[in-house]
Parts: sequence; structure tokens; C-alpha cells
Amino acid sequence: MSKVVVVTSGKGGVGKTTTSASFATGLAMRGHKTAVIDFDVGLRNLDLIMGCERRVVYDFVNVINGEASLKQALIRDKAHDNLFILPASQTRDKDAFTTEGVGKVIDELRESFDYIICDSPAGIEKGAMMALYFADEALIVTNPEVSSVRDSDRILGILGAKSKRAEEGLEPIKEHLVITRYSASRVATGEMLAIEDIQELLGIDLLGVIPESGAVLQASNAGVPVVRDEVSNSGQAYQDLISRFLGEELPMRFLDTEKKGFLKRLFGT
Amino acid sequence: MQSDVNETEATLPVDENLNFDFSSTSVSRSELDSPALEIKGSMFTLPVLRLQSTDMELIAKDLSQRLAQHLRFFEHAPVVIELDHLDEQANRLDLPALCALLRQAHLVPVGVRQANPEQAKAAIAAGLAVLKGGGNAAPRSVSTSPANQAEVAPASTKQTETASPRPEALPAKVVSQQVRSGQQIYARGSDLIVLAAVNAGAEVIADGNIHIYAPLRGRALAGVQGDTSASIFTQSMEAELVAIAGNYQVFEEGPAKDIYSRAVRIFLDDTHINISPLS
Repeated sequence: MSKVVVVTSGKGGVGKTTTSASFATGLAMRGHKTAVIDFDVGLRNLDLIMGCERRVVYDFVNVINGEASLKQALIRDKAHDNLFILPASQTRDKDAFTTEGVGKVIDELRESFDYIICDSPAGIEKGAMMALYFADEALIVTNPEVSSVRDSDRILGILGAKSKRAEEGLEPIKEHLVITRYSASRVATGEMLAIEDIQELLGIDLLGVIPESGAVLQASNAGVPVVRDEVSNSGQAYQDLISRFLGEELPMRFLDTEKKGFLKRLFGT
Repeated sequence: MQSDVNETEATLPVDENLNFDFSSTSVSRSELDSPALEIKGSMFTLPVLRLQSTDMELIAKDLSQRLAQHLRFFEHAPVVIELDHLDEQANRLDLPALCALLRQAHLVPVGVRQANPEQAKAAIAAGLAVLKGGGNAAPRSVSTSPANQAEVAPASTKQTETASPRPEALPAKVVSQQVRSGQQIYARGSDLIVLAAVNAGAEVIADGNIHIYAPLRGRALAGVQGDTSASIFTQSMEAELVAIAGNYQVFEEGPAKDIYSRAVRIFLDDTHINISPLS
């Protein structure tokens, strides 16, 4: 059974595309045939983060309009041959999306893929609505700050009301909380919200916490999803997140300030 | 043709002439010039006897059959006689005989409703009260849950002076999931019960009361059709805004410390929003 997973947040710049790229790559690394779709028409980014921007010929909108076949538009990842990217259009706008058109593409993908990851644009306009409409599960990407939590709450409301599953009265979308750009030291000083507070406010299960790290930015610039960086905390945190998504029970890591920091503080250096 | 005992809830319209709540009548003994009694309005749920025949024999037979099934429930129960379903034969109804019959069956007839002027006269002569309102609900079997039929009458005597803002409330609307930012829930013509948190940026609205068995972090507006007796209850007061019958209070800096994150009742005191902790 194939699964459609939307990566969404409401707010922009919280790490949706980074999470989509790493999540899709991580699933592929574990042998699952995965496609990741960029729904951010006009502002495409996913291809950059996946390092395939120079190989984009046809895009999602071309497929919807029947100007290209799905096979022509899907870009195979260089490192994993069971990972495919369906890029967004750079030149069209979000009106290119129709429910029937997107539905047809998703149905076609369902036939040959285990996981279909939908990278949602920010906001709650058409692109975002289309990205979540066909979802079976959702990753809600949230930063530990008030406005991000508020927007995630808004998106959760929409998932529960405007998705296909909600409209047809099927089992609701399974929602997972992903906290990104987490910094334990800034939580300690009260600059960021604590994980428990975010969970309490949003009321959904926590799937993973990705620590703030320079490795994420480096990986994005290099076009290699950070999940492939085995050394960095962020890469390992994404690997843990994928394990949990696939049913493993793992403790959350990287939640505390490092020991070194503690000793530093103790000796006042 | 048969008489029909309905478990349909009837509420006595609150009217000083009809109802004395003896249990809450207090007579102060300490002051000689104090009044001997106090008149209060109160609300009761009464079984309604929806008459569909004037034939006493038929009524007696049907009644004894029905009461046999619910003997304890109806013993000495006050009943209201509904005359709505007796069209042209209505004036042939022998009210004193019916009352005697009911008393014999250990019921206490207290009034009639849906009476025409003729019947009203007869009722008053028979020592029965004439009740206003109700009566347009379809007949229901005794097994029907009474809660589905709840009619809400205003709870204070003050309200009876004007027409009730919500004369016939619907069953309460129950929401079991979190109400999230940007969502709005409106319980039209009824109370609203929310079993999960109302998040910041969300709005819950009811014509009646609002009960939130979780934190209220967003906005809650009760009695929006003008019912000043509506209240808001929450287990944790963290609201952005509360309003009752159009009187609102915003909490720019969050609720005051003495009520913040406590269980409270929010009600209207004249035009002033009052928030008191539930102990």
C-alpha cells in the first residue's frame, strides 16, 4: 500500500523543504521506492536542495496539463535509484493546480511508489491546499516559537476539515509533529518554546526533533539532503525520525545542551 | 385514537403566578418586618400527557397499560396535559373527570398547555395552570432520550418580562477535538460543549452556554443572540477574549494571575463580565 505524506507547516522558512528532501531520501536509503513532489509553483526549491536543478526539463504542471508524461518529468536521484523528484514549475502560478489534475498524478504515482512525499509551500493558499488534500499522513514542521506553533495549529485545523479524508469521512490523516531548528540553550534562556509546551499546544505525537545546525545550511547549498550527513546531529536526528516513522521506538536525542557547554558554564569560561 | 404519555420534557414557563420554588423560599425570622415569603422563578422538567382522545374509558385503559411499564418513574409525578392534538372534539373534554382519573393513577395534574380560550377557562375552573409554549415537537416514544428534547426556558425571572432570546434550544453541540487556530465553531440555538482545548486564534460561539473541559486559549462568545444569563465554563482560563450577550473583555496581557489557568465560570453581572474561580 502506497502512502501519501504531506510535509507542511503554514509558516515559511521553518524547514519544510529540508525535511521533505531528507525524509524522502532517508526512506529511499532504507529501500522504499519514493517520489517527492514540489508543490511550490513559482518558487521551486526542492530541486536545489536535492541537487538536481540542472536536470529539470518538464515539471509537475506540465504533467497536469498533459504536456509531458509522468515518466518524462520524474527526475531520478543520482545517489539512490529508487528516489524520484517531481519538480515544481518555475514559470506558472498556483492556478495551474486542479483537484482532478493533481489527483490523477497522485493516483498514477501510487501505482508504482511506496511513499509519495508532498512538499507543501508556505501559507494556506491553493498550492498548500493541494499538497495536503490527498495526504494519508502529515509531517507538521514547527519551529520552537509562538508564530510557527500558531500557524501549525491552523494547518492542523485545515487537515482535519479540508482534506480528502476529511471530506469523505474516512479515517483522519495521521499527524506527526516535527520540531526543527531546535536549540536547547535558547530554550533554557526562554527564547524558544520547550518541546513539552509545543506538544501540549498542538496535541499531536512528536516524531522528531531536529537540532539547529550549520550542517543543514551547508547541505542545502551543496544540494545534498542533510540526512546523508552521518556526522552531524541534524543528519542523525532525521535518521531517527525516519526510523520512528517506520515504527521503531527510539528515544529523542540532542535535546540537551552539550556537556561541554555545561562545564564551560560551571567554570565561567 | 389513544392517549399518549410522552416523556417529552416540558418546562414550565417561569412565571411568578404559576411556580413557587418552595425549597428555596427563605423566610428571615430575625426581622419582624421582613416579608413572609419570597417569589422566585425556577425550571422543571415535567412529563407531558399528549391527549389524542376525549374518551375517558379509552384514556383510562391506555394510561394504566403505559404506567404499568414505568410504575416507579411516574408515581406522584406532576404532569402537564397537552390539548394540541384534540381538534374539534376538544371542547367535549371533561377536564375535572380527567384530573380525577390521573389522581387515581397516582399522577398529579398541574396544568394544561396548547389550550384554546375555552379550554383555558375550563382548566382554571378545574384548578389547573395554563402553560404557555411548547407542543410543536413530534410525538415520541417513552424510550426516547429526554436530553434530545430539552427545551430551555430562561432561568431567571428577570428574563420573563421580555420575550426569551432562545425560546427553544436545540440539543447541545458537542465538539471532541481540539479547536484550532482559525477555526470557528458556532452552536446555533444551543449550548456548546468542547472536550478538548480551544487554541489561540480559534473562536467558539454559542447562543447558549459554553462548556470547555480543557484550556480556553482562544475566544469564547456565549449568548450571542442576547441571552444575558449565558455563562462560559473552562477548566483552564487562558483566553484572549470572552463575551457574553455582546459584552466582551479582552485579555491583552493574558488573564489576571488569580484566575490564569484556573477553572472558572464567566458570567454577566449587569453589563460587567465577571470571572470567578470554580472551587
